[in-house]
Amino acid sequence: MMKPLHQVVSPRSLDELPEHSAASPLSIHDMTVAYRRKPVLWDIDYDAPDRSLIAIVGPNGAGKSTLIKACLGLIPMASGRVEIYGKPAKAQRGIVGYVPQRESVDWDFPVSALDVVCMGRYGRIGWMKPVSRLHRDAAMACLEKVGLTDLANRQISQLSGGQQQRVFLARALAQEAKLYFMDEPFAGVDASTEQAIVETLRELKAHGRTVICVHHDLHTVPEYFDHALLLNMRVVAAGPVGDVFTPENLQKTYGGRLTLLDQAAQALARAERGG
Amino acid sequence: MSFSAQEFLAIDLPALLAATLATVSCALVGSFLVLRRQSLMGDAIAHAALPGIVIAFLIAGTRASPAMVLGAAAAGTLATVLIEALRRAARVESQASMGVVFSIMFAAGVLLLEQAAARNIDLDADCVLYGQLEDILWLAPDGFASLLDPSVWMAMPREVVTLAIVCAAVVALIALFYKELKITSFDPGLATTLGINSSAVHYGLMAATALVVVASFEAVGSILVIAMLICPAAAARMFTDRLPSQLFVSATLAALAAIAGYVLAGFGPIWLGAEHSLNAAGMIAVVGGALVGLAIVGSPRHGAIARTIRRRRLSLRIAREDLLGLLYRFEEATDRGEREVGPDQESALRLLVRLAPGASLKLARRAMQCCLRDGSLRLDGGRLVLTEAGRAEARRLVRSHRLWERYLVQELGQRPDHVHRTAMELEHITSPAMQQELAPGPEGPDRDPHDRPIPPGDPSETGKNT
Repeated sequence: MMKPLHQVVSPRSLDELPEHSAASPLSIHDMTVAYRRKPVLWDIDYDAPDRSLIAIVGPNGAGKSTLIKACLGLIPMASGRVEIYGKPAKAQRGIVGYVPQRESVDWDFPVSALDVVCMGRYGRIGWMKPVSRLHRDAAMACLEKVGLTDLANRQISQLSGGQQQRVFLARALAQEAKLYFMDEPFAGVDASTEQAIVETLRELKAHGRTVICVHHDLHTVPEYFDHALLLNMRVVAAGPVGDVFTPENLQKTYGGRLTLLDQAAQALARAERGG
Repeated sequence: MSFSAQEFLAIDLPALLAATLATVSCALVGSFLVLRRQSLMGDAIAHAALPGIVIAFLIAGTRASPAMVLGAAAAGTLATVLIEALRRAARVESQASMGVVFSIMFAAGVLLLEQAAARNIDLDADCVLYGQLEDILWLAPDGFASLLDPSVWMAMPREVVTLAIVCAAVVALIALFYKELKITSFDPGLATTLGINSSAVHYGLMAATALVVVASFEAVGSILVIAMLICPAAAARMFTDRLPSQLFVSATLAALAAIAGYVLAGFGPIWLGAEHSLNAAGMIAVVGGALVGLAIVGSPRHGAIARTIRRRRLSLRIAREDLLGLLYRFEEATDRGEREVGPDQESALRLLVRLAPGASLKLARRAMQCCLRDGSLRLDGGRLVLTEAGRAEARRLVRSHRLWERYLVQELGQRPDHVHRTAMELEHITSPAMQQELAPGPEGPDRDPHDRPIPPGDPSETGKNT
């Protein structure tokens, strides 16, 4: 069912990756974002390590999605700048992939799973040109990668939640990006989809990609991710999961509510066991 | 109204062409408005275009001027910008800001229209609001034979020519920007990150809507345009699950509405014995509304009739399965020695009605006939008896039921006397994979919370992992 990544993305795009990137995949300098003048993110400074899987964690309303959207240029920043591989984010659109929250789109929209995955190629195809056979085949290969070949022509509302999330993942693969932003890719998926997503993330990393995920489940952070960015309107801590996933940091991030501390303790125990 | 070739060519054909071109253009643009959940935007633009139309008319002095098209398009675009600006500035939801902008612009248009009407009777409220379909005349042709003469075609009424150009432009724009319209409608966020400017596409679509609205207003009237923007597109949504078919079906329904509406308006009253024909634009809109109604009722997948049939089939299936489960439980009781024999046919059905939620005696009878026909039950001296196949199916159902009860009590901590009803519903939708997950471990639990044995799984299904 699963196909190795190098068979999916074209060899050329893999060669494009520099052996040693001089610049960080994502550098955020002094970013402040405000909704109606009320800041939701304050003075964010962050440098993402290259070739890593990074989790953004924090309570509801911490600004996790906002951070991603500001990096992608979907919402304006009050101040600060974002660089992607050393260049302004706007100039790097071709190498940035995005998986929005599943609920952010209308799944009744009259398109097939393959149509949605083809959208990942639109940036390469360019304005006013139709989707060529070549791009359609590439999209199909990405669907195969997530195990949905048989459902390619299904209308998207006929898919389960997990399958819909896989379609989004396939669409991201079709983008052949170097840096991915994913907004809660694990939300509301079944166990096998969760496993498929994790495997895909690891393969992306093995091919030199960097993936930044908004993630809700503290238990799985140490298992799925190398780095964590603990966010609560400001950066509480950022670094390797083993270093930053401390009870003090989590308490600072979540305001020390008992149930979450409980979760954190378990996660920490697992982090120590797993290294 | 009697039929003659001359009359048809002079009166009916240009009107039919104008109406069809207008409704098809509206339906194509409207499909995207409906898909983007911006149907009301079409409404707003149709209203807001009025001052643009009147101002352009006052400046140019004639209805024929392309300035009028530009005026309306400008007013429509201005409206969309104002709506967005007001939404941001006034902190109101977009529907409210739409309502404010289009009603005020429309009111301004009405005031201007009165001024215009006072000076020149060529533009009045009736014309703008209800259309002048009946006044579009093609006097050049003299019988069908004259249609071979190109000069006859050159004399096609201006309204029809304008609408043909607009319709062609709409088709061309959709073909050209198909991909961009699709992605910005489905996922504007992703589109932006790919460098496809969602708001440019949005304003482009709004400008196209304004163009269609103003080109159509003479034919079907600026108010009835709204019906055509929404009705065919909404009706097509009930039938289609691909974008190309959505566009094709909505255009076809629109053409159908135009032709049927025109014919009904012209000839319907006469067939009914009345003397006057009706306003064609009004009738076209009514037919458009009727199409939506028909689609809601009759669509094969999403329609009310299809839903009712599906619901009936489901309740029959559930009643059938409940009957098998009931008889299985009787067999258990007989095996335990609590009963001598199973129930007779009538009492089994009455018991089913009492135990199964929502079952009627009629449904129970049909379920029984179903079982007898498919060989899961047989009649033995007036008693219903499970066949081998029926027993296997019933065992699976009872297993699901009791596994759910165990799961709800042990895993989710619900009270044992509360779980029966839930399990009653869940047992019908439990797939083998779910059943497997409900029964973890190699042995699996063998008793439910009421201490009834959980029947063993089907040997062919155990060990199969999904």
